[in-house]
Amino acid sequence: MSPWKIIRSACLSLFGDSARAFGSLSVVLLLLLAIVPAKDHFREWLRYQHEYQRLIRNRSDGVSLARRFQGGVQQIWLPELGVVDRCTTCHVAQKEVSLAGVMTQPFRPHPPIPHSLTEFGCVMCHRGQGAATTVEEAHSSTKSWEQPILPARYVESSCGQCHERPLAGTPQLNAGRDMLARYGCVHCHKVTSPEGRTMTATDDPPSLKHIAAKTTREWLYAWIMNPQAYAATATMPNFQLSVGEARDISAFLVGQSTPYLADGDLKTPPVPAKDDTAALQQGSSVYGESFCASCHAMQNAAGLMVGGNLGPELTRIGSKVKPEWLAEWVRNPKVYDPDTAMPHYRFEGKDIGLAMGFLESKTDPDFLANVHLDAATPAQIAHGKALVVERGCAACHDINGIAHQENFAPELTAVGSLPLAKIVFAPGMPHTLPDYISAKIRKPRSFGSALKMPQFTFPDAQVDALVTALLAQTSRARTLPAALRIPAAPPSTYQPAGRAGKLMTDMRCFSCHAINGRGGDMAPDLTWEGSSVQRSWLVNFLKRPNTLRPALIRRMPKFNVTDEEANVLADYIMTVYQTPAFDSGEIDASKFGAADSAHGKDLYYGKYACNSCHILDPNKDKGYIGPTLTQAGLRLNAAWIFHWLKNAQALRPGTLELNWNMDDDDARAITAFLMQQKAASKQGASQ
Amino acid sequence: MKRTFAVLALLAAAGCGRVPSPALAVPAFGAAIVGISGEKQAAGMGATLDQPVVVQVNDAQGTGIAGARVEFSAASGVVFNPPSELTGSDGQLGTTVRLGGMSGRYSLVATTRDKAGKPLQVTFDEIAFDYQQTLGRELSEKYCSRCHNPESSAERVSNHDNLSVPPHAFSDGATLNPISRANLIAIIGHGGVALGKSPEMPPYSPTLSASDIDALAAYIRAVADPPYRPQGVFYANP
Repeated sequence: MSPWKIIRSACLSLFGDSARAFGSLSVVLLLLLAIVPAKDHFREWLRYQHEYQRLIRNRSDGVSLARRFQGGVQQIWLPELGVVDRCTTCHVAQKEVSLAGVMTQPFRPHPPIPHSLTEFGCVMCHRGQGAATTVEEAHSSTKSWEQPILPARYVESSCGQCHERPLAGTPQLNAGRDMLARYGCVHCHKVTSPEGRTMTATDDPPSLKHIAAKTTREWLYAWIMNPQAYAATATMPNFQLSVGEARDISAFLVGQSTPYLADGDLKTPPVPAKDDTAALQQGSSVYGESFCASCHAMQNAAGLMVGGNLGPELTRIGSKVKPEWLAEWVRNPKVYDPDTAMPHYRFEGKDIGLAMGFLESKTDPDFLANVHLDAATPAQIAHGKALVVERGCAACHDINGIAHQENFAPELTAVGSLPLAKIVFAPGMPHTLPDYISAKIRKPRSFGSALKMPQFTFPDAQVDALVTALLAQTSRARTLPAALRIPAAPPSTYQPAGRAGKLMTDMRCFSCHAINGRGGDMAPDLTWEGSSVQRSWLVNFLKRPNTLRPALIRRMPKFNVTDEEANVLADYIMTVYQTPAFDSGEIDASKFGAADSAHGKDLYYGKYACNSCHILDPNKDKGYIGPTLTQAGLRLNAAWIFHWLKNAQALRPGTLELNWNMDDDDARAITAFLMQQKAASKQGASQ
Repeated sequence: MKRTFAVLALLAAAGCGRVPSPALAVPAFGAAIVGISGEKQAAGMGATLDQPVVVQVNDAQGTGIAGARVEFSAASGVVFNPPSELTGSDGQLGTTVRLGGMSGRYSLVATTRDKAGKPLQVTFDEIAFDYQQTLGRELSEKYCSRCHNPESSAERVSNHDNLSVPPHAFSDGATLNPISRANLIAIIGHGGVALGKSPEMPPYSPTLSASDIDALAAYIRAVADPPYRPQGVFYANP
């Protein structure tokens, strides 16, 4: 029997007459109608909802869980945020705290966060396709949807879309944003906040206009070949230059350099001989007493890095700088670099020599051992200049004859929303945006050997932090309602006036102290310093700073100011830096009686246990966190102590001192007790 | 038929007699596996632990054995680099660990086999913090750890030993777990005196907001050792 005949007989048996045809078509119609409920029955989300119901059935709190469970497709719709999220269709237990121990998704409750899920939805923070109702489409990158779910380790980036100001709970995002500024990324890459403020760098790359006065061509060559070989903490990245490129760039940089001093101005002080160990010891003392380590790190004999990171590392400084330059720099750094963060120490000639002897002894004979450069030819210098322009050196450094290179690299303002279609991925790498950014940071040249981006050496955690900060730069952040945005504190251009202002600039007070929103955070905020201290103490402290906070290793250096300068500064501080919260003279300490201070002493050692953090009696107290109070009566203003005890956070936001919320009687008694503390001054003695 | 069997038997014998190639077989076997470092670390969700997890495979005398294969395993989402490798000349093997994307505790298991093929294992417990616990850790670093952490560093001297009543380390689960959440929050907010304890623990209530204190309590629970097991009635979040 041929196939044709079989089909014919089948057709006849199914549709041979009207009754048969009617019957067959009815069956087909029934089957067709069954498709929709069948498809519905096998939906993924329905399976998860059934699974959830099985999960909660046998729990002791199953009844209340079941009562709160809502079946069917769930949706969070927030038109002003552009959110249509159906994630809670499968992630059914987002608010069920009692399921915190469940480790299987999609049934984990959401960890506690400061925002309500119903007000912000899911994709604002986690990305993915909110409207999708299948696992694949919601979480992955598909043909019609680019943004997959954000890996958990970058989720802090989503906070950064609204929060420009550092948040206590997002250390990774904060660290990444600090890195963008500290490692100078924003010199080349423009990054702008939704308010339109452009991020500025904090690394302060030095001007190279007088570089030949500071160092040798050999050192420059070795440095640009590999900055981390000179100092592991160097922020300058490795440009992966060839030997010839480094030779020509160093030739050009030395060639373009101009003198920064007239010849007669060089006054090199007597430097002790290299084998004069007593002088080296004294030089080390000058280094220590001047608290150079507050800003500069140096490797100690045990190989440990000791010191701050505000200035460059000094472990091999003797191999880098020329002695005559160092002398001038220690004498007054602003002569060479008017914008440096380093203070003018006003050293005497002898101390300059001792400090120099100590710093010059910090050499590494191996560092330049293999560097031998022949005199440069004009062709090499010309090639060096071309390379300097090509590599964008002038995006960071001031160089004679080359204009500052603005926007040298692609802008990163919206890099967190970079369309995947615009990205050229390296072979073999996962096609996601976080993976792309992270690979670009780890090995920029893996995307092409001709690319200019230099090689940084960051550990995994720092790369994650940078990727987090960059992913926060989304285009969505720009479309959110302005009311949601928490802009960063506007940069302060505060500058104190007059002679005191000049002195404060000269001593670079703002490198460590903040006043009116401008300045560093290494030392206390001085905005209300005039209300806080007594003038006589301030004058003495400016001349001979002593240790106030024993637990700190960063301390106020001695700036060798004259009596007259100390008085000018004290006058200005006492007059201008007065809080409007109270009147400095409102409490007269001389009116306190013995009963007041006796009661204050009981409160100090009893109810408030102030001695757990402050030392008042050095023979008895051991507390090591707050400043020493042995001289509180000579140092502090009575009204300041009173208001400080009531609410220190209002006077100096962020201080470690608690807001004690003390009642007036207690605060008064403790003030009386503290104003009695007038131990003999140790100022000027060993610190 | 007989000949076929003979050939097969010969082939099988030849196969058994051959020295196993190093790529296919485990070249060395230990008698014990011990954890060296990397235990009880904490990181954010999906983040890399600061320190690698290091194990050592020992022989019966307790000396490290080189070339023993160690495999690391954990709940899904945890990434080891490398996931499996031979021990080095000192018998040790380190691996960097990226925790899974969910908060909570992760048990990492390192497995090697002894001569008899029996698995030898050592377990490491690590913690992934959620947002609230991360916030708690940051606040604790600023306000609490100067007294509650007895370890001093070059940058920070501990105040722990200067107090007349030594503060409890936050990982001291044996002491802190039995304290109810309400009492924990009362001690942080109103000071030690709130529960008749030392006034050296000051009241942080107006300084820190209620949600900050909640975060500190969540952090203390997260790092407790032995782990904190919640008890009692739960209510859904609003």
